[in-house]
Amino acid sequence: MVRFENVGLRYGMGSEILRDLTFTIEPRSFQFLTGPSGAGKTTLLRLILLSMRPTRGLIGLFGHDVLRLDKDTLTGLRRRMGVVFQDFRLLDHLTLYENVALPLRVQGRDEGSYRSEVVELLRWVGLGDRMHAFPPVLSGGEKQRAAIARALIVKPDLLLADEPTGNVDPTLARRLLRLFMELNKLGTAIVIATHDIALMDQHDDARRLVLGEGRLHIYE
Amino acid sequence: MVANRILLALKTRRDERRAGRNAAMPLVPAASISGRALVTVIAIMTFLAGLTAGAAQLVASASSDWRSSVATEITIQVRPVTGRAVDQDVNRAASLARATDGVDAVRVYTREESERLLEPWLGTGLAFDELPIPRLIVVKLKDGQTADLAGLRKALGDQVRNAVLDDHRVWVQRLATMAHSIVVLALAVLALVLVATSLAVAFATQGAMAGNRDIIEVLHFVGASDGYIADEFQGHFLRLGLKGGALGGGAAAIFFILAQMGAGAWTATPGGDQIEALFGSFVLGIPGYLAVLGVAVAVALLTGLVSRGTVSRTLRTIS
Repeated sequence: MVRFENVGLRYGMGSEILRDLTFTIEPRSFQFLTGPSGAGKTTLLRLILLSMRPTRGLIGLFGHDVLRLDKDTLTGLRRRMGVVFQDFRLLDHLTLYENVALPLRVQGRDEGSYRSEVVELLRWVGLGDRMHAFPPVLSGGEKQRAAIARALIVKPDLLLADEPTGNVDPTLARRLLRLFMELNKLGTAIVIATHDIALMDQHDDARRLVLGEGRLHIYE
Repeated sequence: MVANRILLALKTRRDERRAGRNAAMPLVPAASISGRALVTVIAIMTFLAGLTAGAAQLVASASSDWRSSVATEITIQVRPVTGRAVDQDVNRAASLARATDGVDAVRVYTREESERLLEPWLGTGLAFDELPIPRLIVVKLKDGQTADLAGLRKALGDQVRNAVLDDHRVWVQRLATMAHSIVVLALAVLALVLVATSLAVAFATQGAMAGNRDIIEVLHFVGASDGYIADEFQGHFLRLGLKGGALGGGAAAIFFILAQMGAGAWTATPGGDQIEALFGSFVLGIPGYLAVLGVAVAVALLTGLVSRGTVSRTLRTIS
């Protein structure tokens, strides 16, 4: 599904911030991506999301070499991925309902075909009563859940989540982790970037990708 | 339990209905684009372009009238000469004109009619008998047929030496050249106005994209294609273009209606006559209003196309 071979990344003429990354993410797998602040977790997620290009090495995504992707294929690949940003990236002028429905709307789907789906998912993440609210009036936890719902609505093949439990209490964090695990059982590969050791301990079976000093250490 | 389920189902349906009502919210927030300023710029540009197009249409129409009048009418002027009977010369010249190929009708102005032509300049009550007033013969030519004016001029020179054939060609050609120059100038101004409008729209689009870069990035991440994002911006700018075009085009049309009414009130004054000579009766007519409408529609379409082009170019630089 995702294949990195000797990938390196540097900004400008500086030293490499990611070095010789070689790993794969298999379909239906579950992994935590962890490491100290500034280790490059978000950057690695951005490489997988194709919003950055490596300075060296090869990246394969769903069988495509990312260096040879045209725009249409890139769009198609992104539709197979869901992403939860650390800073949520909700659109402030849209309601929660519209934010969550956004991935379906941009695919040109008729609104009637997904309305009940979106409402149901918002209920599931505990935002049923807030679906007509706008992001600026929501708490961090509510925004977090809305961002997760937006990533899940397309039932992605690969879910990338950057600190998805950073703004919620432990109870909700556990609930969200269960949601990710259920999604994983349904066939979605999950990558969760987190500092939260307690969260990782709740899912001992998950693979751990640990970034440190630009290198990746994998604990199966 | 059953009541709870029914309540939940009702609540779900209500939420879905409410959600559906908001589905058409534009993805590019209207407030993030300096829409009012852009509409004002587009309206002013469309107004100027509409005025230019309308004026060009008026001048072109007047010029066409002048050309058609020279093609259908000429004048023979017979000057009184001592020792010659002017009436005989007039009749002779009229006969020569009637005998010329391509002549439709000949009208001889009587002495009284000729004198009446001078009254606006010399006033009434003068003894015109003592003045050598030339006599006029107006010759109407057949439509679509070339008259043998060279033959008529030669015959007049041979047989009525005090007669002068005036086909107005020099004057009308000068006026037509001037009118042609005005039309070309108007088209150049129109092109400049459209280029200026395009640049204003391009800058506004670039500004809007810079201000909405975060939104564009999110749209990319959730799987929006460049075409979809370009459609969002294009639709927004097309609406602004239509609004500005309608305002500017409407103002230009109202200007011409008022100008027509004003010209009507100004008729028979020296200034009014001068304007009428250049622009005709200042009646724009259906083609003129269609030209103004065409300019407004062209500006709106141009706005949409330029914004799409700008968005597409910018998106190519964003992965």
